[in-house]
Amino acid sequence: MTPAAVRPAVGSQGFLRRYVFSTDHKVIGIQYFFLALAAALAGVALSLLMRYHLTNPDTKVGWFGALWPDGAPGGVMTPELYLSLLTMHGTIMVFFVLTTAPQSAFGNFILPLQIGAPDMAFPVLNMLSFWTTALSFAVLLAAFFVEGGAPLSGWTAYPPLSALGAITGPGQGLGQTLWIVSIAIFCAASLMGAINFITTVIDLRTRGMTLLRMPLTVWTWFLTAIISLLAFAVLLAGGILLLLDRTAGTSFFLPAGLLVNEQLLDRRGGSPLLWQHLFWFFGHPEVYIAILPGMGVVSTVLSVFSRKPVFGYRAMVYASLAIAFIGFLVWGHHMFQSGMNPYSAFAFSLLTMVIGVPSAIKTFNWLGTIWGGRMEFTTAMLFALGFVSVFVTGGLSGLFLGQSAIDIYFHDTYFVVGHFHIIMGVASVFGIFAATFYWFPKMFGRHLSERLGKAHFYATFLGAYAIFMPMHFLGFAGNPRRYPDFTNFEFLADLIPLHKAISHAAYFTAAAQLLFLGNLVYSLWRGKAASANPWNATTLEWATASPPPEHNFDEALPVVQHGPYEYSVPGAAKDFVMQHEPAESK
Amino acid sequence: MLLAVLLWIFTVVSCLAFAAKRWWFPGAISTHAQAYDQQLGLTLWVCGAIFVAAQLLLGWAVYRYRNRGQSVRFTRGSNRLEFAWTTATAVVFLGLMFSGFGIWAKLHFARPPAGALRVEVMAKQFAWSYRYPGPDGKFGRTDVRLVNDAAGNPFGLDEQDPAAKDDIVASALRVPERTPVVLTLLARDVIHNFFVRELRLKQDVVPGMAIPLAFQADRPGKYEVACSELCGLGHHQMRSLMEVMTRDAFDEWLREQAR
Repeated sequence: MTPAAVRPAVGSQGFLRRYVFSTDHKVIGIQYFFLALAAALAGVALSLLMRYHLTNPDTKVGWFGALWPDGAPGGVMTPELYLSLLTMHGTIMVFFVLTTAPQSAFGNFILPLQIGAPDMAFPVLNMLSFWTTALSFAVLLAAFFVEGGAPLSGWTAYPPLSALGAITGPGQGLGQTLWIVSIAIFCAASLMGAINFITTVIDLRTRGMTLLRMPLTVWTWFLTAIISLLAFAVLLAGGILLLLDRTAGTSFFLPAGLLVNEQLLDRRGGSPLLWQHLFWFFGHPEVYIAILPGMGVVSTVLSVFSRKPVFGYRAMVYASLAIAFIGFLVWGHHMFQSGMNPYSAFAFSLLTMVIGVPSAIKTFNWLGTIWGGRMEFTTAMLFALGFVSVFVTGGLSGLFLGQSAIDIYFHDTYFVVGHFHIIMGVASVFGIFAATFYWFPKMFGRHLSERLGKAHFYATFLGAYAIFMPMHFLGFAGNPRRYPDFTNFEFLADLIPLHKAISHAAYFTAAAQLLFLGNLVYSLWRGKAASANPWNATTLEWATASPPPEHNFDEALPVVQHGPYEYSVPGAAKDFVMQHEPAESK
Repeated sequence: MLLAVLLWIFTVVSCLAFAAKRWWFPGAISTHAQAYDQQLGLTLWVCGAIFVAAQLLLGWAVYRYRNRGQSVRFTRGSNRLEFAWTTATAVVFLGLMFSGFGIWAKLHFARPPAGALRVEVMAKQFAWSYRYPGPDGKFGRTDVRLVNDAAGNPFGLDEQDPAAKDDIVASALRVPERTPVVLTLLARDVIHNFFVRELRLKQDVVPGMAIPLAFQADRPGKYEVACSELCGLGHHQMRSLMEVMTRDAFDEWLREQAR
């Protein structure tokens, strides 16, 4: 049988075919990487504007006014502009950074290499999914430039606010429509990617690569693809219904008797809660889409730089399976206070606590992996260790929110903002950084600077905690999220100093990312040249050149003889045994 | 090494910040709020203990197992350990959850006493209104087509209905102390959220639904009501007051309004 990935030689192809509309999974992975990087820069920039406005609500900033004549007349940001920045920040970060970088960028580049395949199963589909994602990003950004600007309903876009058009506020017109269209396109792209990943893992594993010899990264990319397939399909359906409510006069999410802005609407029969069910049926698994690949990366990096096998490999696989499955059964914990039947809170609360168990198992196994090891603190390793720390912190605040009763007070406060930024944002981003430092030599044939990398890690580690830990206290004080300023409530006045500190921590942490950007640009051209296997690692991507040739493996595809994490095996000649090394070298 | 120290410092600083309670909950003014605070305290202690243990342990591992040329203690795992920590976390997590279920159940499933004060709450972009049934104890008929904010009729009271004539509509929520109250939460445009910190109560207000919310406030005072579900550009201004009054003061206020 001929693998689907076998293609004619490409020597004759021009620049466009090779680097722009390439079907090579490695080029596509790098394209996704830079798309995610661009999106991250945009998303961080928006968050800085938000943090600035929150603590300086009345300050005139000339270029705000120049950039947004309507949104910031005279240079003072209006609440609607703030809310549109908030919507776009969340959307960009969740979809185009946290979904795109861990899965589409690194998964694309590394997964075929790690399973010993010459490419993804459907190379053309792969190209198509990247360009569809890029189109989706362009449509989203276009929302900034249309009449009324970007939507203000948040990344969750709850109807009726999101379903009624410009009558509910600026940005709710064409801007909100573009937002929905962008998300629908993104769903389509993700579905294409998911099918490709799943098929590749099932069909294109090289000889000897049994399921339980797959590196944990392959497992997590595989499971993430399955989650994506099921979750994005539901979001796509929800998005289409919302679009119909907006443009075709349907009432899927709209009840009778709506009186909006003095206008009585002729809609009936729909339910605002239906959207929340559809959205969170996608939205909660999305958290695992963002974090699972990072868990795979962290498991691998901790093992490589402790020179020890992953502790409890099978337990890790089962925990990942459990997370992927139960992740679909907990969406209701986002809706404890939504007005849905309060009896359902028992089930959702129970399942939410249950899903904490496999997460805890992973943490224990990570500690087990480094315990008794010989740790080398490369930047990748530091980010992996940082991941464990923030994963614990963010997971524990989840034990507050997962109890329906305790969630009453914290729902929609900064406690939630702190919780999900740590567990979904910072943890995933640490996973991305660990992956970047670990695989950069393979992707680009050069090392990132370790010195700059470590400075960047420490600044980011401290900065991220300095931003998001204090948010828990804001939550204790009851500070609602998604407020453009805190001037209207007496109880919020006391919190301004804390907000100021958070803003300064945000400026500091954002500035620290310049270290990474500088490192990236410098190392792309001037970085230390990388050998095929600079970390003395065991998995198959290190069995080929850095960067790998056109079809990944120059000669025959490698044949797998060992598990993925054979470090310091007693009796072996060296402290690592690569997966494809003949058995007698043990 | 540096990471180990940072982890330890971070853990200590976090604990101190929690212990200082500089930014904290306002005092509880109801039995529900007290029960809530108790469960929250338990959760804080349990999670705090796990947090400290995990971060310190991580820091210790980073310090202890840094590369000093030692040989690696080879292991692939331990089923006994996996079993032990799976069981332990399941017991702790589920125990925490079950101990909090009573609060939820009491709030949502307890039948309010017959004599409870009933108040309707209407949320719209970006204001709150409250309606009392008046001396006849009956809420009059409403119709959304009769809504007229400028004329002080945010509920759309139908003047044709005799029961509507004595209904009281106010922009602040006034309730007597130590009296069961049942709110009916209504919204007419988008989703809002009724949040009073001191009651530890928060409930979405959804158009098309009439969501009940029961409480009993025990301490007189003025408390802020904050919208806690993004409802548009004036979300952050959507404030009103809840005034808990002595029984006499409340009755006096009712009489004044009925006149």
